[in-house]
Amino acid sequence: MNVLTDNWSTYWHGFLGTLWLTLVSAALALVLGVVIAGFRVSPVKPLRAFGTGWVTVLRNTPLTLLFFIVVLGLPRFSITLPFFTFAVLALGCYTSAFVCEALRSGVNTVPAGQGEAARSLGMTFGQTLSLVVMPQAYRAVIAPLGSVMIALAKNTAIAGSFSVVELLGTYRTINELGYSIIWTFVWIAVGYLILTLAISALFNVLERRVAVSR
Amino acid sequence: MTGPQEAAARPSGEPLIELRRVNKHYGALHVLQDIDLTVGRGEVVVVIGPSGSGKSTLCRAINRLEAVESGDILIEGQPLPAEGKGLAKLRAEVGMVFQSFNLFAHRTVLQNVTLAQVKVRKRGKAEAEAKGRALLERVGLASQADKYPAQLSGGQQQRVAIARALAMDPKALLFDEPTSALDPEMINEVLEVMRSLAAEGMTMVVVTHEMGFARSAANRVVFMADGRIVEDRVPEEFFADPRSERARDFLSKILKH
Ligand SMILES: Nc1ncnc2c1ncn2[C@@H]1O[C@H](COP(=O)(O)OP(=O)(O)OP(=O)(O)O)[C@@H](O)[C@H]1O
Ligand SMILES: [Mg+2]
Repeated sequence: MNVLTDNWSTYWHGFLGTLWLTLVSAALALVLGVVIAGFRVSPVKPLRAFGTGWVTVLRNTPLTLLFFIVVLGLPRFSITLPFFTFAVLALGCYTSAFVCEALRSGVNTVPAGQGEAARSLGMTFGQTLSLVVMPQAYRAVIAPLGSVMIALAKNTAIAGSFSVVELLGTYRTINELGYSIIWTFVWIAVGYLILTLAISALFNVLERRVAVSR
Repeated sequence: MTGPQEAAARPSGEPLIELRRVNKHYGALHVLQDIDLTVGRGEVVVVIGPSGSGKSTLCRAINRLEAVESGDILIEGQPLPAEGKGLAKLRAEVGMVFQSFNLFAHRTVLQNVTLAQVKVRKRGKAEAEAKGRALLERVGLASQADKYPAQLSGGQQQRVAIARALAMDPKALLFDEPTSALDPEMINEVLEVMRSLAAEGMTMVVVTHEMGFARSAANRVVFMADGRIVEDRVPEEFFADPRSERARDFLSKILKH
């Protein structure tokens, strides 16, 4: 039981590492996801094709492979960045494909007539999307987006194998000190649970917000 | 109410909407076949025809909600831009009223009639609201300004949709079966608004099955079948003496019930 108290600082740093990695990657994934979703529903064919390609490639590549590509591949083009940044790139790009699809399925719940009415009033594509379609898609998007974010939080564990300080990786240090492996992992699991439950709670609040505002 | 003679006599000066040899396919289906149609300023053109004849497609092609494959579509002599800001600008000049109303479900009635004024016409909020309220008053819905579309009846929603289109000060209005989704008792309140617009000289293209409206408000009746314009005549002549077999057949069916 003293695994936690004895190794508090190790756990705490690992937890902060996971939290920070999740937050920064989520930000990147959301920004990219919105942009790519915009591409995928835009009237411009090359943009649509790019969006489809982005989602297809990233959604169907194992995340670990993506990490290898980023960590080993980018330095070949003399792009050397901190491991943390590599990890954010891999996680953010990977997750953006799922964010994009969550947004797109939300957009598809909005009747086509809404967009047509907006366009017939002279709204541009951007205005139609941001003023009419997205606000109505928002509601259908929140729950799936919550799942995507929880998956992201758990996926950060892979970064530990690529020299980034995060929660799962702490087991190596603690195990070397001879602590019970079972309890080591129990506390790690608790750490992930705190994070994912916090994300669930956040999205529940968002969902309720939308429910009251009509 | 405007009688047919009165309406027909109205000056319909220079062409406002022109379609020249317009063609469109859906796969193997040739929905628009060499369509030539000119609508003069202030003219009211009613488009009728059997289901699937291409009336909606024609209507939607005019503001390019549907792209066409060949031919020219001109508004005030200017060809329709293909995409982007130019097209958006042109669409603001040609309002559209849909069968299913398509009011913005997440906005109040007043916001529905002000949103595009502010975002597209760049009017100030106060100005847009004043104009919006005046138009709601005009369609008899001033008291409903703060409700959401879902709280209104179909007829009321359609009148809001007309007010929303009018708020842009359009040069022409397109109606695609504006009363087909309405219960019978609500049809007249919408037609009444449309008649008054026609009487004021609004240029209108109206796809409808309301023959009473065609007789009383239209300057011309365009009869479509299988993607072609089969007849294009003044209403009295068309209804009294349709030239084509298709039109005679269609009229006998539609006037029976
Ligand atoms: N998006 C589409 N894809 C394929 N076919 C279509 C599409 N839209 C319409 N069509 C077909 O094109 C033809 C013409 O359709 P359109 O909606 O213009 O007819 P309409 O005259 O308005 O008929 P209605 O009186 O039923 O509204 C129909 O046969 C229809 O099935
Ligand atoms: Mg139709």
